[in-house]
Formats: sequence, structure tokens, C-alpha cells
Amino acid sequence: MSKKKSFTLGELPGAKIWTLAFFIYLYAPMVVLVVYSFNENRRVMNWTGFSLDWYAKAFANDNIQRAAWNSLMIALVATVCAVTIATLAALILGRRNNFRGKDTSTGLISLPLVVPEIATAVATLCFFAVVGIQLGLISVIIAHTVFCIPFAFLPIRARLEGMDDTLEQASRDLYANDWQTFRYVTLPLLMPGIFAGAMLSFIISIDDFIITLMVAGAGSTTLPLYIYGMIRRGITPEVNVISTVMLAISIVFITAYWLLTRRQSVTTH
Amino acid sequence: MSATAIAANNLVKIFGSGPNAVTALDNVSLTISDNEFFTLLGPSGCGKTTLLRLIAGFEQPTEGDIEIFGSAVAGLPPYERPVNTVFQHYALFPHMNIAENVGFGLKMLGREQREIDEAVTTSLSLVKMEEFATRTPAQLSGGQQQRIALARALAPRPKVLLLDEPLSALDLKLRQAMRTELKTLQRDTGITFVFVTHDQEEALTMSDRIAVMSAGLIQQIGTARDIYERPDNRFVADFIGDSNFISATIDVIDSDVAHCVIGNGLTIPTQLVGDHRVGDTVTLAIRPEKIGLSGGGDWIIKESIYLGTDTSYRIASGTQEMTVREQNARTGTARFNVGDAVSLDVAAQTTTMLRD
Repeated sequence: MSKKKSFTLGELPGAKIWTLAFFIYLYAPMVVLVVYSFNENRRVMNWTGFSLDWYAKAFANDNIQRAAWNSLMIALVATVCAVTIATLAALILGRRNNFRGKDTSTGLISLPLVVPEIATAVATLCFFAVVGIQLGLISVIIAHTVFCIPFAFLPIRARLEGMDDTLEQASRDLYANDWQTFRYVTLPLLMPGIFAGAMLSFIISIDDFIITLMVAGAGSTTLPLYIYGMIRRGITPEVNVISTVMLAISIVFITAYWLLTRRQSVTTH
Repeated sequence: MSATAIAANNLVKIFGSGPNAVTALDNVSLTISDNEFFTLLGPSGCGKTTLLRLIAGFEQPTEGDIEIFGSAVAGLPPYERPVNTVFQHYALFPHMNIAENVGFGLKMLGREQREIDEAVTTSLSLVKMEEFATRTPAQLSGGQQQRIALARALAPRPKVLLLDEPLSALDLKLRQAMRTELKTLQRDTGITFVFVTHDQEEALTMSDRIAVMSAGLIQQIGTARDIYERPDNRFVADFIGDSNFISATIDVIDSDVAHCVIGNGLTIPTQLVGDHRVGDTVTLAIRPEKIGLSGGGDWIIKESIYLGTDTSYRIASGTQEMTVREQNARTGTARFNVGDAVSLDVAAQTTTMLRD
């Protein structure tokens, strides 16, 4: 074998500069967004001084409060529903029991990840119209539950696949019936995966725009929809404030997700 | 005769179906007595673990039935059988501490917390792990986890304890120490132990009786002595210890002793097995250490291997070869050198006529 070093992209001339430029391109807009949320001036891009006024204003705004409350409610309920369904699906699909259509079922559950969102959105709207579900909070929650399922399913299934099924055998051997085995052994061991799935679902739901726009009715405006509406009426730092708060929430959840999945890979060596 | 703990009748277990079907157990019957240390011994794939899992209830037999202390357990799930299992890789619950692990069985049986606490203390002291009650499994070494697995399985006081190669993941010294301890534990608790292993030394040191298994069949059941001294067939003679297999022809039958002539014309006496007649060709199994050597004779030492406690000689006479082992008891060196002429001393009760 020759001792020639293998090719690494990082050693190309200018790689560092390009990388740096890429990250600036990626994150500079967000930094600007956050910085200008502290702008005193009414016109966003006209910096006149530091102020928390817009934060106070945004938090006091009834419409924003209502939209934030809607977003939170929808995300919480959709997450609980999606995680429950995803856990049940994973318990059947993530184990070594083989049955006809197992791969197909797994594929169908994950499919919403790749279907264009606009297609899902239109389809969901048509479905609601046909079935006769009134557009409102309930319709949004149903739609969110559906697209959150694959996001919840993936980490739960990964956790389950790394789990040793002799633990469940040991439980059954020690006089635990099927329900007790699930309650005292399977579920606690599955918890990190379920938490990770919940974090992911929550953030996907909080953030969704296209589907929500289609299926939201009067009184079920979420934060992304409200921000979109505000922008059309002219951008004030208030928009930046809400966006910054949502960014912060996302970062917290994604970090929690990352920490959970990382710890999971340590414990299952 | 003590009570029967486990009776297996004509057990058949087939995994899969059609051309991919694998017969793991092929019409196996056995009875295990109460208070017995019973070992299922065999190479991997012989069906010993399948038999254990059928008793535990993790698998259901394709045919046949199992009785545990007189009651049929067909169709009963593991949690309705009065047996507990010690798993090969311990299978301790990682999210519970040691006390919770050991108390799990009794908790599931709905016992009171005070009773559970007492049983946990008793079980932990049985395996000398009292001070570990509040640790988690991850904080323990392999040997310690093994003891906890044992304590957990013993805590509900099962009628039968099933052990699935529990020592195979431990290092040699620990394994040897655990053998004596397991045997003592069995004697002290009076619980019937069914122990699965592929390690013949483990089986010989601990068991009251051993079932040697191969290819889904029980080859022989007996005490360690029976199985070593009187192997029924070639598989048993070969799997347990070493044997010389010699083809011989029966020359004279003198009540229950058959005098057999081997390749070089030498006559070896052996106990008659089955209904063989004069002139039949049979296979004799002779343990290398059962053959006595003395100087001068028809046999030549071809090879001499020093093994510490023993010396192993390969001897030949004409086309007939044999291995002989002799202890280096007093001399510390081999008594014979390569090329020496020797003669053999073989007693009838130390040779075995195989049934196959």
C-alpha cells in the first residue's frame, strides 16, 4: 500500500475561507434578525438605539398572545397524539417480529417526510371538506398530528431497535404479565426515544406554515401565520421579537433532542 | 425416589416451516427430580437452550408436553410458571437499582413491600452482595451482575431455577469459583436447578445428573461418573473428555465380559453391551488415562507430549494407534522416550463397548 495521504476536502486551498463564508451566509440573517429586535426605531432597518420596548409591546399584544397560545396548544396536543401513535407503530414495526407488509408499513409511515408539503396541505384541505370537518383548532391539530408522526416515529424506532429483548423476557419470567412488562420495562427504557420524538414533533408543529395556512380557520391563527400577516402590513421590530422568541424555543428543543439522542447512543453501547 | 420436578414428554420443536424448517428438538423425553442439579450439556445448536426456553415458556413446543411438579404447563406464558431464569447476559433492568431488580418478581406477584424488602435482603446475602442494594447494574462488574441475576431469579423462591450458560461470560478464575458457589447454593436452597452449558468441566463438577445432547436428541442421561466411565455412544465418549476409538472383533464371550481382538492381534477385555455375538465387529472406547504402560512389548512410543500434570504418548503397534496418558506424579518427567517398546494393561471395566 502506498503511504500517500487520502484526499480530504478540508485541505483544498481556500477551504477555510469558503467554510467561513458559508456559515456567515447561513447565520448572518438570523444574527441581524435578533440584533434588530432590540432596535428602538419603528422602522426595522433604521438603528437608533437599544431598547426592550418592542419586547414589552409584543408580549402585551392580545393578538400575538392569542396566536402564541394557539401555537402552543396545537403543538402540545399534536405532539401527544403523534407520539402515542408513533410509539404504537414503532412497537410493532421496530421489533424482530416479521410479518407481510412490515417494510411497506414502515415506508408509508415515513412517507410524509418526502411528500411535498403543499401536496399534503391541499390534500388535507380537500379531505376535511369531503369529510365535513369545520376548519378551526381541531382541523389544525389533526393535520399537525399527521405530519408529526414520522418525526416522532424515527427516534422511537431507533431506540427500540437498540433495545435487548431479553430484558422483556426476564420481566415476563419474573411474573410480569404483558401489560406490566410494557409498563415497568419496555416503556421506561423507551422513554429517551419518546422524549426525542416529542421534542422533534413539537418543534415541527410550532414552526409549520403551509399546511396550517390551508387548514386554519377563524380563531386558529398560529404564530407563523400571524407573523406573515404582520409582515404584509409593514415590518416593525415586533416581528423580529416574535421571530427571536421562536428561534430561542427551537434552539432549546433541538438541543434537548440532540442531548437525548446522544445519551441514548452511549447507554446502548 | 423424590418427586418429579419436570417431566418432558416427546418434545418436538421445529422452527420455521417448509424447506427452511429447522428441527431443534427431535422427540425428547426426560424427567428431572425435585432438588436435583440437572445439566443439559452439548455443543451449540444441539437444542439445549431450546429445551430450557420451552420449560421457561418463552417458546411453545411443536409437539409433546411439559409438566412442572405434576401440572401441565402447555400454553402457559412464562409469568404463570413457577420457574425463574438466569440469563446468559444477565438481563438486569438498567433503569432500576439492584434492590428493585431483585424485588421485581415479588412486586409483580403483588407481595407487600415489607415482604419484598426481606426477600431482597435474604437473596442478596445468599450471593454475598448485601452492600450493593442501592447501586445500579451499570456500576457492577460482570461477576457481580451475574450474582445479582442469580439473586433476582431466586428471590421469588421458584420451584425450579433455569440457568442458561450463566458462567460463559465470566473469566476462567471467576467461573471456577462460581461453580462451587452455585452447587452450594443449590444444596442450601433445595431448589431444582436446570443448568445449560457447553462446558463439560462445568457439567462434571456441579451436576447430580447430566443429559448430553446433540442434534436435537438426548444422547445419554446419567451421573457425571456414568457419562464419563460408561458412554453409550461415540458422540458422548468423544464430547466428554478424550477417547481412543478402536474397531474390534468379538473373539470369546465369558458371561458379561467380551474379549475383543483389535487390529494388531491384541485382545482387549470389555463389558458386553447389547446382544452382540462372537464374530461381531464393535467399537471400543478407551480413555487415554485408563491404559497402563510397562516397559518392553509390542507397542512403540511414537510421540511424547509433556502437559504439566500429565504426559501424553502416542503409541503404535502395526497399523493400530492409541493415545495414552500418564500422570507425572513423582518423577516430574516422562517415564518413556520416543522409540521405547511398551506393553499395555487394560482392565475390562475401564473399556466401553459403544452401542453405535
